[in-house]
Amino acid sequence: MKHPCAEGALCACSDVCVPPALIALAGQPNVGKSTLFNRLTGLRQHVGNWPGKTIERKTGAFIACGRNCQIVDLPGTYSLTAHSAEEVITRQFILQEHPDVVVAMVNAALLERGLYLVAELLALEAPVIVVLNMLDVAQQEGLTIEPEVLAAALGVPVAPLVATHGQGLSNLLQIIEQMSHGQRADHPKLPQIQADHQDAFNALRRLITRWTPPGYPESWVALKLLEADQEITALMQARLPAGRWQAVQELLAGHEDAPVAVASGRYEWIGRMLRAAMTHPVPGQIGVTERLDQWATHPWWGLGLLAGIFGLVFWLTYTVGAPLQKILELWLVAPLETAAKANLAPTWLARLTGEGVVAGAGTVLSFVPILAIFFAVLGVLEDVGYMARAAYVMDRFMHPLGLHGKSFLPLCLGFGCNVPAVLGCRIIESGWARRLTIFLAPLVPCTARMAVVAVLVPALFGASAALVSFGLMLIGLTIMAVTGIVLHRTFLRGEYTPFIMELPLYHYPNWRVIGLGVWQRTLAFVKKAGTVIVVASIVIWGLAAWPDGQPEHSFLAMVGRGLEPIGQLMGLDWRLLVALLAGLAAKENAIAALAVVCSAQEGGLAAMLATHYSKASLLAFLVIQMLFIPCVATLAAIRQETQSWSWTLGSVAFLLAVSITTGSTVYWLAYWAGF
Amino acid sequence: MEAESAPPSLETSHAVPSETIPLSALHYGEHGMVIRLIGGRMVLGRLMALGFTPGARIRLIQNYGRGPLIVRVRNAHIALGRREAGHILIHKEVV
Repeated sequence: MKHPCAEGALCACSDVCVPPALIALAGQPNVGKSTLFNRLTGLRQHVGNWPGKTIERKTGAFIACGRNCQIVDLPGTYSLTAHSAEEVITRQFILQEHPDVVVAMVNAALLERGLYLVAELLALEAPVIVVLNMLDVAQQEGLTIEPEVLAAALGVPVAPLVATHGQGLSNLLQIIEQMSHGQRADHPKLPQIQADHQDAFNALRRLITRWTPPGYPESWVALKLLEADQEITALMQARLPAGRWQAVQELLAGHEDAPVAVASGRYEWIGRMLRAAMTHPVPGQIGVTERLDQWATHPWWGLGLLAGIFGLVFWLTYTVGAPLQKILELWLVAPLETAAKANLAPTWLARLTGEGVVAGAGTVLSFVPILAIFFAVLGVLEDVGYMARAAYVMDRFMHPLGLHGKSFLPLCLGFGCNVPAVLGCRIIESGWARRLTIFLAPLVPCTARMAVVAVLVPALFGASAALVSFGLMLIGLTIMAVTGIVLHRTFLRGEYTPFIMELPLYHYPNWRVIGLGVWQRTLAFVKKAGTVIVVASIVIWGLAAWPDGQPEHSFLAMVGRGLEPIGQLMGLDWRLLVALLAGLAAKENAIAALAVVCSAQEGGLAAMLATHYSKASLLAFLVIQMLFIPCVATLAAIRQETQSWSWTLGSVAFLLAVSITTGSTVYWLAYWAGF
Repeated sequence: MEAESAPPSLETSHAVPSETIPLSALHYGEHGMVIRLIGGRMVLGRLMALGFTPGARIRLIQNYGRGPLIVRVRNAHIALGRREAGHILIHKEVV
């Protein structure tokens, strides 16, 4: 019989093979789920999406005392009511996939709040094990918790853990293995609704009994109805006969404050559980987090700190990344290109491989050092807890745009590359805010666009190079702000998402989590952007090489000449237009394309451009390329994240309009100013 | 199912004392206790899951009169917009 155990896994079974146990990992945000998940699975993890959604789904495999286990990382949620897609995904997974074990992770320093989710999980009648993580942090805060007492009170196993150091891991694995074999008989003590609503609860249960969907605990359904849960309400309305449903509605109408009673009931239960198991420190101590936050979240100092930190981020990225980029180009890409051209025949294949494939792949590769460092620095800021403060400080600037501070991190990622920025918009909960942020993300000046600026501006504008570069960066951001404000006041009014955000405690960076995050983000860039860029580079190369290898007669040049009437509005001739179009493959390609159509070497390109074009034209060109349609990779990401062609094409149309208008304005202003 | 007694200082929702103020009226360092929540189902659900239920004790960490504020509830720091803070009615407590 074929061995069904996971391939490559150490298998301890001899004659009877058991399928891997299904473990669900649940917990509120910032409890350290990723740390545990990474410790258990290492690189044996797969990142994908929950079906039909743009919410990340991580699955992995590990072994618990010889038992193969498959673990699914459920989204971090504070509760399990149908207010958000994450909550629905989590509870549906538990109700429909019947995991063998639900690992409910709580932050021991926030035990009172964290048990709220545990209360919801127990109500689902899932096989729960409570993991008390961050015990070291709890100790620092002066809290003492006794896991055995808590376990006795809860009626489910409680495993203490310090995930960052791996302490308690073997104990946890043992319990998981026991639970997966059904070797434990746990009798959890479930929370009740507040006493004054107990009768309503009982009456509701009687009304719905035997009409609930199979696999859904009746008490749970009754509680959700009392909480006015949208999904369950719709579900029961469809399942109950009209008479019963009416009785249910009348009952609910008479108890409009039932949701508060349910929540209060849970906290009462929590209070009882913790009475014996936890001792509080003396109140009134001001911790490190609060002290730091007096600066970090101050309306003015916080902003200054943010500006300083981001200055540091960019400085680090470019000081370390730019030399690495040059090394890669010199030692890897250029030799490969020459080798390809020298050793392949026929000529067209040599050129296709050399100038198309290698050059395209080289473009992608050369940006990896810069992006990796950028992601690493941002990753540290995220892990330490600072990004939540950044979102808080930026929130008031995001409001006029109809956004929240949460949109800040994805837009920041855009400074590195627009692709992870668009992908990063998943953390934004509201659909409209997410789509708006995705719409605005291409206006953030990415490193590729700044690379074009870096090549052209110094040679053309000499002394005022820094000013011009900074101005170009600002143009994109200003237009982004203006667009957001206009859209918010016209089309997107009335869409309001509540600003409720937890500020986690600051803590030491966990290098494993950060490292894995950098790896995954950079890999995503290479896979998503990389493949598109290489293909697009080949296409553009083809259009520039055919029909006869002379760039002046190529298809690309024909397209450029055809667009010249529009180009003249902005002071661009066909060569500059061709460069713009080449930028659709990858923004920095504009340089290479310019070199080709001007028959110049890249080194002397800027100087040559200065002699052939007016400053006004070149300024317009630079402005337009900052605002132009983003590279194909970004467009692909936009399409994927919005799941809509209309948004993608709308984005294209919008950026086209913006770039042409702004470009023309800049050109004519510069022209009249005498440039 | 045994009957539970409500926490001693909890006000029932139909008796609203005159000193109930919105959370946004607390100042730095002041303490309060949540009495009542008003507002839509979804905002309330999120606030309650974070610990803002009747009887919860709150300490105000930051309130500059405009813009969001930061409070400490059930040992955690939560940032709230002013409108959201207005959904939470409290009694100011002297500690």
